Amino acid sequence: MPRRQDLHSILILGSGPIVIGQACEFDYSGVQACKALRADGFRIVLINSNPATIMTDPEMADRTYIEPITPEVVAKIIEKERPDAILPTLGGQTALNCAMQLHDMGVLEKFGVEMIGAKPASITKAEGRLEFRDAMEAIGLECARSRLAYSMSEARAALDEIGLPCVIRPGFTMGGSGGGIAYNLEEFEEICGRGLSMSLNSEVLVEESIVGWKEYELEVVRDKKDNVIIVCSIENFDPMGVHTGDSITIAPAQTLSDREYQLMRDAAIACLREIGVDTGGSNVQFAINPRDGRMIVIEMNPRVSRSSALASKATGFPIAKIAAKLAVGYTLDELDNDITKITKACFEPTIDYCVVKFPRWAFEKFPTADSVLTTQMKSVGEVMAIGSTFKEAMQKALRGLETGRNGFGNVPGKPHCKPEECDLESIRPHLVTPRADRIDWVRTAMLAGMTVEKVQEATNMDPWFLDQLAELIHHEKELAERAGRGLDQLDAAFLRRTKAIGYSDRQIAAACPGKVTEWAVRDHRKRLGIVPVYKRVDTCAGEYPSATPYLYSTYAGSEDEVDTPGKAPTGKQRVIVLGGGPNRIGQGIEFDYCCVHAALALRELGYETVMVNSNPETVSTDFDTSDMLFFEPLTHEDVMNVIDRLQPHGVIVQFGGQTPLNLARGLRDHGAPLVGTSVDSIDAAEDRELFSALITRLGIDQPPNGMAANAEQALAAAERIGYPVLVRPSFVLGGRAMEVVYDRAGLESYMERHRAFSEERPLLVDKFLDAAIEVDVDAIADGENVAIGGIMEHIEEAGIHSGDSSCSLPPYTLTEGLAAEIAEKTRRLAKELRVVGLMNVQWAVRGPKVYILEANPRASRTVPFVSKAIGQPLAKMAARTMLGETLQDVGIQERLDLPFFCIKAPVFPFNKFLGVDTVLGPEMKSTGEVMGIDKRFGTAFAKAMVGAGNSLPTEGKVFVSVRDEDKRLILPLIDRLHGLGFSIVATGGTAKALENAGIPVQRVFKIHEGRPHVLDMLVNREVRLVINTPSGRRERSDDRLIRSSAVTQRIPCITTLAAASATIQGLEAWLKKPLEVCPLQEYHAQLG
Amino acid sequence: MNKTARPPARLVLEDGTVLHGFGFGADADSIGELVFNTSMTGYQEILTDPSYRGQTVLLTQPHIGNYGVNSEDEESAKLWLSGLVVREACVRASNFRSATELSDYLAQHGVPGIDGVDTRMLTRRVRDHGEQRVLITRDVSTPDAALVERVRSAPRVADVDHVQKVTTETTYRWDRGYESVFNPPAPGAAKDRPRIVAYDFGAKRNILRSLAVCGLDVTVVPALTPAAAVLEMKPDGVFLSNGPGDPAICSYAIESAKVLVQKLPVFGICLGHQILSHVFGGKTYKMKFGHHGGNQPVIDLLTEKVEITSQNHSYAVDPKSLPDAVEITHKNLNDDTVEGLRHKELPVFSVQYHPEAAPGPHDALYLFRRFVELLEAGKC
Repeated sequence: MPRRQDLHSILILGSGPIVIGQACEFDYSGVQACKALRADGFRIVLINSNPATIMTDPEMADRTYIEPITPEVVAKIIEKERPDAILPTLGGQTALNCAMQLHDMGVLEKFGVEMIGAKPASITKAEGRLEFRDAMEAIGLECARSRLAYSMSEARAALDEIGLPCVIRPGFTMGGSGGGIAYNLEEFEEICGRGLSMSLNSEVLVEESIVGWKEYELEVVRDKKDNVIIVCSIENFDPMGVHTGDSITIAPAQTLSDREYQLMRDAAIACLREIGVDTGGSNVQFAINPRDGRMIVIEMNPRVSRSSALASKATGFPIAKIAAKLAVGYTLDELDNDITKITKACFEPTIDYCVVKFPRWAFEKFPTADSVLTTQMKSVGEVMAIGSTFKEAMQKALRGLETGRNGFGNVPGKPHCKPEECDLESIRPHLVTPRADRIDWVRTAMLAGMTVEKVQEATNMDPWFLDQLAELIHHEKELAERAGRGLDQLDAAFLRRTKAIGYSDRQIAAACPGKVTEWAVRDHRKRLGIVPVYKRVDTCAGEYPSATPYLYSTYAGSEDEVDTPGKAPTGKQRVIVLGGGPNRIGQGIEFDYCCVHAALALRELGYETVMVNSNPETVSTDFDTSDMLFFEPLTHEDVMNVIDRLQPHGVIVQFGGQTPLNLARGLRDHGAPLVGTSVDSIDAAEDRELFSALITRLGIDQPPNGMAANAEQALAAAERIGYPVLVRPSFVLGGRAMEVVYDRAGLESYMERHRAFSEERPLLVDKFLDAAIEVDVDAIADGENVAIGGIMEHIEEAGIHSGDSSCSLPPYTLTEGLAAEIAEKTRRLAKELRVVGLMNVQWAVRGPKVYILEANPRASRTVPFVSKAIGQPLAKMAARTMLGETLQDVGIQERLDLPFFCIKAPVFPFNKFLGVDTVLGPEMKSTGEVMGIDKRFGTAFAKAMVGAGNSLPTEGKVFVSVRDEDKRLILPLIDRLHGLGFSIVATGGTAKALENAGIPVQRVFKIHEGRPHVLDMLVNREVRLVINTPSGRRERSDDRLIRSSAVTQRIPCITTLAAASATIQGLEAWLKKPLEVCPLQEYHAQLG
Repeated sequence: MNKTARPPARLVLEDGTVLHGFGFGADADSIGELVFNTSMTGYQEILTDPSYRGQTVLLTQPHIGNYGVNSEDEESAKLWLSGLVVREACVRASNFRSATELSDYLAQHGVPGIDGVDTRMLTRRVRDHGEQRVLITRDVSTPDAALVERVRSAPRVADVDHVQKVTTETTYRWDRGYESVFNPPAPGAAKDRPRIVAYDFGAKRNILRSLAVCGLDVTVVPALTPAAAVLEMKPDGVFLSNGPGDPAICSYAIESAKVLVQKLPVFGICLGHQILSHVFGGKTYKMKFGHHGGNQPVIDLLTEKVEITSQNHSYAVDPKSLPDAVEITHKNLNDDTVEGLRHKELPVFSVQYHPEAAPGPHDALYLFRRFVELLEAGKC
């Protein structure tokens, strides 16, 4: 059955900004859908507020709307574009929820838009807790006992029936937001209250706890002819109780007999049939009681998900692409298997390797957050590794995480105690309570002599997995013994065995006496002929030839499946692009976007492109993106092995963020042909002394600064420079441990908390430019000439990490003269550094003076945003310059003046880390960003705010509480708010200041002044907007509670004066004129 | 726990390749024809499937033995295959039903295994060059070349009538339905207990269980049982089972079936399906490497629906050889090979794949119901 002929135009909903629980996987699925459906001749209308996505590249759709994904905005787009259908199953929970709201509002019916991929009735049945349970019971499947509640009193009644411990799951939220496990009444009250407020329909499910059971997930695809296939089975290493997104997971399932597995398969299929998913993919989660095999259905998602991306990468079966095709009428049996090209998509992939996914958390960014892993997802990214066995895959995953581990074993700073001194009883709690480092505690426990049985008892992890780890511990001891006699004593047979179970050269080096480097181990093993072979991920375990070079390395094999060694069979030259590894705060989809662009541009130039990456969520690890894909950890060893094997013409390290840059020097020193800006130039920009000398030579100013090896030096430097100062350790990146301190006491307190600095690793002390405007510039150069991509003015003043600031392109207050000066100085710097490719420079402007803050000769987080704004693919162009083209060749045109405003706004994970202060500083905390575009600055800013998930009010109460310094400046702003019809609420000092200025204000109690106080107003959602600027010098106790309470209640909370000003401009614009939508293609047409 | 304690072993291929790995299971030399099976679960069922007689089975799933061996999942009373080749054999099983470790199970049945070899490479070898004979040995002294010679002089699967080696010696009644709670609901429910005779060419127990659970009265007879003897039992239908080897060798079975199809409803699975094709004048041929796995898509040409099937066959029916009276009902979606047949006039049908699963998906269980319906239609 070919595609439906009655559909012509399809609206695809994206998933918006990257947040915990919704990351790049929905760009991956959206891109697959856009490509697949356009290839079939459909007209694609796309909406996504996230500019860092490949799917919002203007050539991916016919009409691309970078607008907030709210039902109101999408309704406008529907009215304008009149699509025949809306496809909501590829944009995560955001898209699904938005589509359901459009359905409920009657918008779809009004404009005759058909929901495809999943029907509203099916979505309701799958997402509504009660409906789902009834549906499962109707087909004879067991669910955990549960009761629904829509209020606290109903929740308490439910508890009487279910008992403690119990699981609380809010309806219609993503990533388990607001849910949790309650072991006592207090926790129960807290989690239910939060869940009710976060649930779209104020619904929580109170459920029997099956904590400790084994957890599984099946990825299922079904077509309209009722052909159903299981694409992949996934088994969790962490048992029930830890969100799947926070679990280590393994594909395929390892500990189910065929009898058990087939019943699970039957159940999954029955579930899809009952729910009514008949043109797409879903995942169904199960729990199994390890004692008797009792099976319980946990939930199903009637859409593609994070785990479908994982399953696609694990098997080579592109679920999102197939799901999109099924949604428009194809059936599985008429679609091809893209990997083999000779078989059909209607089959079940089988794999002859083991896949391990390991989550990556960012608790170091939120030191006060509760780091216990629960049913609410907290990880920000993940790494996937493929190995011949679980052991090899697990070790590859651990070293691919980039958390300092080199595998399972030889982990710096671990074990937590010397095995002989370890007290098993003190280890046990770390096994019982799941946290990010539980895997290290498992190792510590085993080293200390705890048996697998005891570890199993404490963790409920399946003994099969623990036995595998115990085998590694056993081998580690043998390795230590043999390597202890010297590297050259490791013979080929032993080394081969060691490598086959995943030990890295670094782990082996660490086991050798003296200072043996990983490079020495590498030389030694290469002399012994021990190199990995590359095997293909082919969907069929080798049964059919694979036409697609999607590869993984293994040391446990003898035959290699890379075609013709040395050079590409086509005679083309090969270029390797190194990806960014697992997502983390500070390094995410923006860098993947750049890597994908590099691959696409170089393929167009006639190179054979090779991607090396370890992140299963991304577009870069789609086997379609490059000519060859190596799914490998980004370490010296793994990357050099690929380089050895392929003998590439060039290697690109500039695009994947800090990850490949950290490898650059090592790779170059061992013969890798890096292209683009030289490693020395990159270092010159990063080395403080070299950089100071360089900019002095160029006549560029920087804020006064100093370095300190000890506390006295630090205090002296601060005195000399003058407070406030910005302090940070010299060896960390991404703003880690960076703080602004305002006085001697602050600095002393900082040094108390961050002791780790020394002669080699000094503390950096910079003058903090209070109230300066920060400016970000992205430039591109070919070694001779420099073009400015964009000048972005931050909304928040300097001192807030650039990744956490909103910014405007073009600048909205900066004078033309200053902009020109910044552009000119950026050019001067790029020329001096002989930049070939991209460079990002951060400037601070105070009064008439321009200071440089830092320069990074590499792709930056803002490259995709700038590219979308100016309509030119900067990353593609940069990749071409790196392969020798000039700026003239690539045809870049500087567009410093745009006829519209583009606002980038950050999105924060505070709702996942409740209680954590939301105030911004030099350390980056945002997980993603959105873009707002409009002719007017205010409207563009409002769009960005709404896109970032803030419900901007049009009326009601605004709570204002600002620090003393801001009181005078806030008055005119509040006056304007009042003028817009908002009523103002304030406490103490702020209220007085407003009264004095003649602005009507409702005074409210501070927390300690009596009830009802400000928090009561927030909890009751009487307030629609909060403006709260924190005191720089001393934390005022109420502020923190006010801000975190606002986050809990989903009330927009503005913490800087500049943002308040921009927001009020936005409100003014919005209230004056309804929001208009306009596709990117039309904006770009205005650029001529 | 300590895998390194395992003895070294060699896997010697007919083409001269010698791989080094580690031995588990029985300490015995054994030669078989190498086939690969891509099922990710169900090794116990594969080990006990009589159809593997004469073959050394390579399982592509790298970890084998994880959930041990239990008393409920056996497909026959013994292990029939010549040897087992895996990436990594599990040392200690983890499953509440497990009673025996994989290696001990193999040892008890005298079957050697080897792990630590590049199973993907071997799979590709079989895929590209066809099934070939291989030796598993823990002999560390004999030179490679001499072992290769030994392999080359061993008999081929096709030269032996394996059916006569695996079939039951006596006639017996089978009345056990599914023996484990981990089974699907009965695929059919016969009303007044029709009696059938099941030819055992190497029948898997789950076929017999599936027939019994549908309410059939099942009598199992040896492969050499003449048609007259079957007719004497006055059954309502006949079932032809799966089994090992080349169907063309089983002339006795073809002769019996020729008589029976004229008189009774007949259902054939795998070898039984191939025998039926010979009965109607069709031919079978040896495939390069057959279908062995749990993910083969089969399209029902009538409904155009695809079922994911469990398969284990090295021979297939040549569609061009079939007479007009026989209709192809099912085809393999990937390579168009014949997967199911139906006689246009007689109540006879057969499938190449395994509706009884064990191991594999349950998608094709409905075929047992179809057989029950055929029997009941024949009665009235």
